[in-house]
Amino acid sequence: MDHFARLGVPAALDLEPAVLDKAYFALQRQWHPDRFVAKPADERARASAEAAALNDAYRTLKDPLSRAIYLAGLNGVSLPGDGKTIDDPDLLMEAMEAREALHEAATCEAVDLLDARAREDLRNALAGLGAMFLANDKPAIRKALLRLRYLDKFAAEARARRTNLERGDA
Amino acid sequence: MNLLEIHEPGETPMPHASEGSLAVGIDLGTTNSVVAIAREGKPAALHDERGCALVPSVVAYPAAGGVRVGEDARLLLTREPKNVVASIKRLMGRGAADLHAVAGVLPYEVEPGSGQNEMVKLRIGGKARSPVEISAEILKSLRARAEAALDKPVERAVITVPAYFDDAARTATRDAARVAGLEVLRLVNEPTAAALAYGLDKGSEGLYAVYDLGGGTFDFSLLRLEKGVFQVLATGGDTALGGDDFDRAIAERMLAERKRDGIAQPLDEVAVKTTLALARQMKEQLSQREQTSGRLDLAGMPSFHALGRGEFEAMIAPYVKRTIGIARQVLADAGMKAADIQGVVLVGGSTRVPLVRSEVGKAIGKAPLTDIDPDEVVALGAALQAEALTGGSETLLLDVTPLSLGLETMGGLVEKIVPRNTPIPVQLAQEFTTYQDGQDAMAIHVVQGEREMVGDCRSLARFELSGIPPMTAGAARIRVTFAVDADGLLTVSAAERTTGVAQRVEVKPSYGLSQDDMADMLYESLEHAEDDMNRRLLTESQVGGRRALLALDAALAKDGDLLDAEERRALDAARGRLEAAIAGEGRDAIDAAAEALEALCKPFAERRMDRGIREALSGLSVEQLERRVGE
Repeated sequence: MDHFARLGVPAALDLEPAVLDKAYFALQRQWHPDRFVAKPADERARASAEAAALNDAYRTLKDPLSRAIYLAGLNGVSLPGDGKTIDDPDLLMEAMEAREALHEAATCEAVDLLDARAREDLRNALAGLGAMFLANDKPAIRKALLRLRYLDKFAAEARARRTNLERGDA
Repeated sequence: MNLLEIHEPGETPMPHASEGSLAVGIDLGTTNSVVAIAREGKPAALHDERGCALVPSVVAYPAAGGVRVGEDARLLLTREPKNVVASIKRLMGRGAADLHAVAGVLPYEVEPGSGQNEMVKLRIGGKARSPVEISAEILKSLRARAEAALDKPVERAVITVPAYFDDAARTATRDAARVAGLEVLRLVNEPTAAALAYGLDKGSEGLYAVYDLGGGTFDFSLLRLEKGVFQVLATGGDTALGGDDFDRAIAERMLAERKRDGIAQPLDEVAVKTTLALARQMKEQLSQREQTSGRLDLAGMPSFHALGRGEFEAMIAPYVKRTIGIARQVLADAGMKAADIQGVVLVGGSTRVPLVRSEVGKAIGKAPLTDIDPDEVVALGAALQAEALTGGSETLLLDVTPLSLGLETMGGLVEKIVPRNTPIPVQLAQEFTTYQDGQDAMAIHVVQGEREMVGDCRSLARFELSGIPPMTAGAARIRVTFAVDADGLLTVSAAERTTGVAQRVEVKPSYGLSQDDMADMLYESLEHAEDDMNRRLLTESQVGGRRALLALDAALAKDGDLLDAEERRALDAARGRLEAAIAGEGRDAIDAAAEALEALCKPFAERRMDRGIREALSGLSVEQLERRVGE
């Protein structure tokens, strides 16, 4: 059973967070191990396995990027493992420039600016995915997802740098 | 006792022995512990005869023999320091390698040679004792308090642990409960319990933060409360940061002042403990007033020390700042801003310090919630969860892993399998391969922590997957599965998949108890088993007797007119004898008196039954009767 089916939500790129939460909470109410404390061991084990599968599904589908990567995987688009070298020369150039800018950013404001730009790019790139999925353009989807994954990582690095800067300021 | 009990429809029957034992909530704290019970969604901490809910988490093994826990043990802290241990929670699940983290903080005497492949042991009262067995004494004492207050056996509990507690410490906590004869319904994270106490009382919804600064640990957690669902979004903390650090700062200052004034002397354990005790008093006073002073008498050489709140705040500012930094990190982890937070719940005695309150308020931009006693709030939440687990409830608690779990890969790097803040229970797997031709085994090293290098993370377990059929490098597919249960406890298994050779190894993390340790401890508890058993039987008889008295009184009030004066006199006399027996300590006497009363009650009970049937039938039409019979 795929994650969408498990949670009973449409297998779509756009998924309202509230819809996902509602489905997840309802199923957890049914399967969470806390509901089975007094039940026989086999029922407890089944509930635990169900709850674990629900958590895995929810975790994967909650984040728009991880959801897009999962959906692409269902459609036969696979990405190289995390942390592998970037094989797209345009993306490589973009990444190198951004990393340099982040490295040079010495104030919280400067980091915030880079972070905001990365998020903006992230939003735009996510929005552009819909058309590619409709056309089932697998090479384009793959390229876009690789860039999205990089942008997401960059935003996380920017947040970490900001925390360090704040700590230094404080 | 089988007094006939007649209940009006809809009336709650008297509690019955068949209901089984009660489930309590326990906050097993570093400095203090609290036990609480919830009934119909209303939690209450259980107090001792002096009206005090806090039990100091101090255990003494006095030279005179026996074990003392709580205030009684604390009194011995300065008189028999070698026989008393405090803040044992800091050592739960810790090995020798962890000791530097707490060395110098607490004057523990570590049992030589312990802690290599097991939890450290302490030498207390001339005997090696593990943190599990010491914690079990605290739990036994809490259990006894609950049984005394509730007049019922207590065998099940929800126990809280810091969200930041790692796997070994959680396992150790469970083991301690087992030794104390308590079945752990669930280990719940302390911040979650605190939010539970607040959320249910007020029906709050939205994003809440829990700032928990106790004696020895700090936790900061973000929770989303929505329609009875508690979802932990992110959590972080420091296992060696708390009010004890404030005490130490004051103590160090006083000792420096003595040195300056030329009355320094070599410090022994008594001196250290005396100084820390005074420091704590001064700290507590500074939460109420601007200025305090204390007299420190060490070995007959007194000195006087004054401390203003401003100076105190300057001393503790670095610690408070560290907590705020951790809070910011947790917010960043969850992708949230301080402005998203609807309220901050304060937990732990150290949040009474005004500087802590003001700094938290500043960082979050809102005045913290303080309606519930910060020392009791965790136990109250645990009690609510205990009731929810045994009695059913609409509340659902969705917790997360506090720390990332991973494996050591080539070059001492950590490959994270379960990232921190993953909802639990969870089962995640990853595939690895061999790196040498013909490699027939793979070492699997399980670690916990956020750092990239194995050396900076905490080692949980090592095992080897052997019997891999010879293949070229990279051809084997070894699937390693991490399963974290609802208590946050981890099980790791590994299997080679290409050949279909079923190879499966289950590991439980190290630093829990070895089977031998567990056997020793159970054996020791057997030594005291007779006393425990007698106490328990007496309590059960007393409870049974009291229940019979209550039932009799209710029956007499309703149907007393069924008895003639002679019968009534005899019954009252038997009632008095049972009451007297309950007040005494003789189980046999109680049982005999209860039996006599029951025999005497038999005709009365029969008459009541007749009347009950007559009443039930009178005034009913045939149809109504038929319907009632069919029900």
